[in-house]
Amino acid sequence: MLKLQNISFTAPDGGKAAEIIRGIDLDIPSDKFIVITGPNGGGKSTLAKLIAGIEKPSGGKLFYEGEDITELGITERARKGIGFAFQQPVRFKGLTVLDLLRIAAGKKLTVSEACEYLSEVGLCAKDYINREVNASLSGGELKRIEIATVLARDVKLAVFDEPEAGIDLWSFNNLIRIFEKMRVTEKKRTVIVISHQERILNIADEIIVLSDGQVIDQGPRERVLPEIMGAKFTADICPKME
Amino acid sequence: MAKLDPVQLRLLREVADLHEVPEGAYNIRANGEAAGRNSTANIEITSKTDVSGIDIKIKDGTKNESVHIPVVMSESGLKEMVYNDFYIGKDCDVVIVAGCGIDNCGSHDSEHDGIHRFFIGSNSKVKYVEKHYGSGDGTGKRILDPQTEVYMDEGSYMEMEMVQIKGVDSTRRTTIAALKDNAKLVVRERLMTHGEQTAESIYKVDLNGEGSSADVVSRSVARDQSFQKLDLCVNGNAACSGHTECDSIIMDKGRILAVPSLEANSVDAALVHEAAIGKIAGEQLIKLMTLGLTEAEAEEQIINGFLK
Repeated sequence: MLKLQNISFTAPDGGKAAEIIRGIDLDIPSDKFIVITGPNGGGKSTLAKLIAGIEKPSGGKLFYEGEDITELGITERARKGIGFAFQQPVRFKGLTVLDLLRIAAGKKLTVSEACEYLSEVGLCAKDYINREVNASLSGGELKRIEIATVLARDVKLAVFDEPEAGIDLWSFNNLIRIFEKMRVTEKKRTVIVISHQERILNIADEIIVLSDGQVIDQGPRERVLPEIMGAKFTADICPKME
Repeated sequence: MAKLDPVQLRLLREVADLHEVPEGAYNIRANGEAAGRNSTANIEITSKTDVSGIDIKIKDGTKNESVHIPVVMSESGLKEMVYNDFYIGKDCDVVIVAGCGIDNCGSHDSEHDGIHRFFIGSNSKVKYVEKHYGSGDGTGKRILDPQTEVYMDEGSYMEMEMVQIKGVDSTRRTTIAALKDNAKLVVRERLMTHGEQTAESIYKVDLNGEGSSADVVSRSVARDQSFQKLDLCVNGNAACSGHTECDSIIMDKGRILAVPSLEANSVDAALVHEAAIGKIAGEQLIKLMTLGLTEAEAEEQIINGFLK
């Protein structure tokens, strides 16, 4: 589905270039639920943005369904079926939830079709469909609407950047249910979730551990998760202070 | 109704959503002349005798009726000034649709200036919609300088929807209002300028009565090299509440000057203003691009939503 070949990314840092992603090679298989985890500052969100085209790599190549998409922009990648859900959902004055779902679907969804997407993410559709996507919505509501836009888009590869960020426990429980449902019922979609949360890691088919801009492990949940939860990576992930 | 040409009919659709002769009372003005008028049992429209313009008298207790008074101009170089007075009785519930469309394909400036005065009786409810629109590829300017005065009696309510989205080269919109006890004014202004256009929008609201309130919200977009000045002033002269909001998107080389002001002349006046000017947030563009829109399409969606 997705292949990253020697991908690197540098960003300016006080006059110097900081290397955020260091020559990553990755193979993301089709129709799997993949969780990318690792310590803060390890490059996870940058990697997600590189996949969606929001950031451009400093080096290396990205292949999507066999096609080199390294030079494609955000729009072209979206049109090829790559979806992206933001860590902090974006607010829009004037655009309603229905407007956003229609843009996502790329067609004039009927209200009942749009409501189905909201119901899928646990929102009572009639209460939300005509609301503006603005500051009147809570973080948890925005997060679920963000996920609904990805569902409405019917993407082949969905990337979620820390969906648990900024939401309360109740909303988080709903979020887990949504991902569990996606994993069980959506076999025709590859899902990549950037997350620290054990409950999300627990539903992964495969886990990728990223630290200091490098992949330090990739494998099935049954093998990787116990190692994360144990001490094996602690020394690598949290280098000792000299 | 007099026969309107295709350009005038198009302007009529743009400013008043009229595809045919409206139901109820109406007065249509085309190229400086009356093009159609209808009064009803409760709404009487008569011409003024001293100046150009009309008087609209709405009887006490008139409910669920509407008045349309659009103006269309398709003749280059025409300049006119009209005085329209609305006398709305007590306990009414009516919709008034005004608006002006100018199509100028010539080299002379076309200008329509109007002074609308509303005298709203106690406990009446009025929805007023005013849309301004310009078109035509001539070098002559399309100029609109409307002045709106609203005098609200006790317990009355007025909602004003003021829209200018396209094609007006120069405008100076002045709205003044004076409210008595428990009267409430709600204004929603939508304004977009482009090219070399200039727009000045001035509101001066006097909250004179106990329990009176005003909520004035202006959303605007300045594109290209256009300039806008938004001057929203609320004076609290009694135990009242007032809120003004200028929210603007600036693009290209556009310029916006927002001058919100509040004046409290009573210790029980509660007044708030908000003002924000900024470009479209990059993250908004990126979000819509991840949904498959190009950057230009994303920009249009954001603006259309903002001005909706």
